[in-house]
Parts: sequence; C-alpha cells; structure tokens
Amino acid sequence: MNPLTPPTDPLILYGHTFTSRLLLGTARYPSPAVLEAAVQCARPAMVTASLRRQGINATNAGESFWELLKRLNVPVLPNTAGCHSVQEAVTTAQMAREVFGTPWIKLEVIGDDYTLQPDTLNLVEAASLLIKDGFLVLPYTTDDLVLCQRLVDVGCQAVMPWAAPIGTGRGPQNPYALQTLRERLPVPLLVDAGLGLPSHACQVMEWGFDGVLLNTAVALSQDPVAMASAFANAVAAGRAAHRAGAMAPQQAAQPSTPVLGTPFWHHDKA
Amino acid sequence: MNVIINQQTTTLPAHATVQDALATLSARPPFAVAVNTRFVPNTQYASHTLHEGDRMEVIAPVTGG
Repeated sequence: MNPLTPPTDPLILYGHTFTSRLLLGTARYPSPAVLEAAVQCARPAMVTASLRRQGINATNAGESFWELLKRLNVPVLPNTAGCHSVQEAVTTAQMAREVFGTPWIKLEVIGDDYTLQPDTLNLVEAASLLIKDGFLVLPYTTDDLVLCQRLVDVGCQAVMPWAAPIGTGRGPQNPYALQTLRERLPVPLLVDAGLGLPSHACQVMEWGFDGVLLNTAVALSQDPVAMASAFANAVAAGRAAHRAGAMAPQQAAQPSTPVLGTPFWHHDKA
Repeated sequence: MNVIINQQTTTLPAHATVQDALATLSARPPFAVAVNTRFVPNTQYASHTLHEGDRMEVIAPVTGG
C-alpha cells in the first residue's frame, strides 16, 4: 500500500482501485537500474511501456526490459506511441494486449510530429473501436472540451489531457482549459504530458484532477530517484489540498493577527 | 517470394507462414506480429500464409512514456 494515498481515497479507473495517483513512464532514464530505483521509490499506480520493431536477427531485444518489468511488479500500461492512424493504433493495441497480457491501453494517435499533438479527428474513432474490443482505454488528448466529451461519449471512463507538449516540461499551458475540463467532465481526469516540476503536478491535483502521468520530468532530472519521490509527494499534497478545500482568494488584505489590543496604536482621525 | 519484415526484404519460400518467417528471424519472445497493418494472434502463426509483398511487423516491449 502507498502511504501517500490514504486507503479511503484510492484512484479508481474502470472499476480498478489504485493506491497511487501517479503514473510513471519508463523511457529516457540514464540506465535500467535508475529506472528501477525511481519506480520503487515513487510506487506509481502503473508504469507505461511501448512496442517497437525487434531486430531482424533478434538476440536479447526487449528481453532485459521485460525482465525488469516483471521485477517491478507494477501494473503495465502499454501505449500506442508513434501511431498516426486509427488502424495503426488499433493494431498496436491488439499486439500490446497479447504481449503484456493486459486490456489497459494508453491510446495515442499522433497528428503532428513536431508538437506530438493528438490527432483530434481520429482519436475518437480509435477509442470507440478499442472500447468495443474490450480495452480499458486511457486516451492521451488535448485540452479541448468537446473532444474530451466525445471520448467519454464513446465509452472512455477516464481521459488524459495534456498540460503541454510531450517532453517539454513546460507545465500547464492553458489553466483555464484544464479547469474547464474538471468542472464539466464527471470522469476521472489525469494530466498526461508536459509536466516538468512537482509543483506542476501539485497544481493540477489542487484543481481536482485525479492523477498525473509523467516521464521526462523524472527521467531527465539530475537525480531521477529523488525527483520521482518529489513527484509522488507533490501528487499526494495536491490531492490532500483539494480534499481539504482551499480558502477563497480575497481582494483586500486581512490581518491574520487580531487587531484588538495592538500596542502603540491610536486613532489619529476624529 | 519477397516479404518485407520490419522494413527489410526477406526471401521466403512460396506459401510460407508467419511461423516460417519467425523461424528465419530467430525471433525471441516476447513479441507480437502484424501483417499488412493487421494484428496476427500467436494462435494463427502456423496457419497465416504470407504472400508476395506482404509487410510484416515483429515488435517487442521497450521503454515508453
């Protein structure tokens, strides 16, 4: 059990209960050992993984990472990274289901190779096909309200809007759009992509998001293990703050120390 | 016949199956296969016949975000 997530406040996705609200990617770490240590430190709900071509004369292709995944003993969330069409995404998901033995899929249909922005025109169709095929789809999407609603309409029980383009670490670029999603959509929302600092993760959790998925912010930090821990704490802190109910911002200053009995004070004006 | 496996042209006997192709690769599990962008379940490797110009993908788990 993750002590950062109280047992009374689990993350629930598609009826499955998780004790962490942090999902962690496995790419770009300095070494497999650092990846393993970071995951063990952060204790994420899931770790993401992908599928790529095996060498034509395959030797140990994928084998060492496969062994590491088994050692981590954390649920795997395969992704369809690099897919540019509905067919590519559906086929990749089906291959992932067979290899990883899981119905979970992080659905990515990329529309632009520079920004890695989701293909908003084809994402919904891909999600619909996969939902009908029994997948538990976590779609990576933009912060467009209508698009997110359409994903919910076709059966997605959670949506993962970006904070900023993948790997940029820029943090939430459109707070208004993200907060609007939170206000309007009743399903679990996880911010996926573009987070760079634990404070970014804390911020979106304070807004009421249900979790975050990040990779580069940990993997490319100077100390990925410490950063993984920092993010885990930030996610928990943001969630606790959201549940505690923050004070409403005030227009005027209001002293926190009682005014009555202030020494040396006197009334100058009649 | 020529079949393109992971973007590389490979010569296989006529009527070769996915299983035959995998044997030439010495493919090591875990992996999954698609032919012409369609998923081929592992239960069909021995029965899925390849044709001239087929494009076959053999993919394995890697790190990802």
